Amino acid sequence: MSDLTAAFASALVFGLDADLGRIVLLSLRVSLSAVAIAAIIGLPLGAALAVFRFPGRRAIVIAVNAMMGLPPVVVGLIVYLLLSRAGPFGVFGLLFTPTAMIIAQAILIAPLIAALARQLVEDMWAEYEEQLRSLGAGAGRALWTLLWDGRFSLLTVVLAGFGRAIAEVGAVMIVGGNIDQVTRVMTTAIALETSKGDLALALGLGIILIALALAINATAFSINLVLRERQG
Amino acid sequence: MVRRTLLIAALLIVALPTAAADRFITVASTTSTQDSGLFGHILPLFRAKTGIEVRVVALGTGQAIKLAERGDADVLLVHHKPSEEKFVADGFGVKRLDVMYNDFVLIGPTADPAGIKNGRDIAAALAKIAATKAPFASRGDNSGTHLAELDLWKAAGIDAKAASTGWYRSLGSGMGPTLNTAAGMNAHVVSDRATWANFKNRQGLTILVEGDTRLFNQYGVVPVNPARHAHVKARDGQAFVDWLITPGGQAAIATYKIGGEQLFFPNAKKESS
Repeated sequence: MSDLTAAFASALVFGLDADLGRIVLLSLRVSLSAVAIAAIIGLPLGAALAVFRFPGRRAIVIAVNAMMGLPPVVVGLIVYLLLSRAGPFGVFGLLFTPTAMIIAQAILIAPLIAALARQLVEDMWAEYEEQLRSLGAGAGRALWTLLWDGRFSLLTVVLAGFGRAIAEVGAVMIVGGNIDQVTRVMTTAIALETSKGDLALALGLGIILIALALAINATAFSINLVLRERQG
Repeated sequence: MVRRTLLIAALLIVALPTAAADRFITVASTTSTQDSGLFGHILPLFRAKTGIEVRVVALGTGQAIKLAERGDADVLLVHHKPSEEKFVADGFGVKRLDVMYNDFVLIGPTADPAGIKNGRDIAAALAKIAATKAPFASRGDNSGTHLAELDLWKAAGIDAKAASTGWYRSLGSGMGPTLNTAAGMNAHVVSDRATWANFKNRQGLTILVEGDTRLFNQYGVVPVNPARHAHVKARDGQAFVDWLITPGGQAAIATYKIGGEQLFFPNAKKESS
């Protein structure tokens, strides 16, 4: 129990720390960027899989669903090998930068967003296909209509992606290197403090991370509510 | 309106610049130097003197060497001399220099089930651990400390790996996580002194054996060879290596203390071999 008390104490103390502020901002920057990229790729992809019928579609749906479970550490390793100086994209010097971390997290969560969006849009398509077709909309046109009409539900899909990104440690540790003041984010800082055996501080950081996720979700939820009401 | 505000806020966070200096080098090093806090002490001094920021990626020695071989670091600072010399011989490094040393310690339960407390002979102590089948936690990650531990088992004449399903447990993790696990299962463990000194989750563990010359732990530094990887920041990397072995750098290492205890002892030679 004393561990938990100490954790809350350090959460309070370090909540005011400048270093911590930087770590929190970097966490947000990396994960929000990753989620934005993953949504731009994943939402249309998921919707396309929902409305278009083509050979091999089922196999792709299964593959995308399976990739929801991509192990972060494997994604990290692959991105590391790609961005390493000895790898194909080594010339860009992206390894151990926030950009590398964004790339890894975007790869990690794009399938999650695509798979969940596919399911959601497919259900809507089943319901509205006849109606949309009678209005003269083909599948291509319907795709964007459905994405727009489903935007409030799709926000939850995007939040699920954000949740996976902000909580992930395996990939950012490998491609970011957990460099002090450069690529250290909340999760890698927690891993580091755990390594040092400073469990109270590690747990304190964990409490801040959870609070952060809570705040983001609460904000998204409120905005969603306001927009929905305005729409009537 | 709400949406626009949100969008702008999101863009701001995404576009925030990193507080990064344009002049920096990447050093592949070990968890012991980072977890002990040494880098936090000496790197600001180096930066104040030269304006060069040092970015440390802390890994096990084996992994750090692999990273440097791929050209993902400018300087290597690790602690397993044979591996470092091989790194240079293979053409990946320019040359290897001694920087500092400390020592390994054998940690174990205060209750001392193997009866080895206050011993000075590490080989005899390990033999007793094996004989009593007292639990032992190994790094098992090809790090400098792991390789040193394997040498110690060899000195004790024991094939520890053969017991890896029983009392000998290979964890495959860094020094800190290994100490956490060892504390959890009340096991013996070989650790570098610096990580142990800075380690806060000791529970029932304490130092049982120390002071054997075989527990000597030498750290070496190697600039990565620009002939091998053209993008390596050879000049700034060399500046860091040069500073480490100057009286100024050596003094910076010597003045790092935790609780009044000096953790790293500078021993760079004036003329490098």
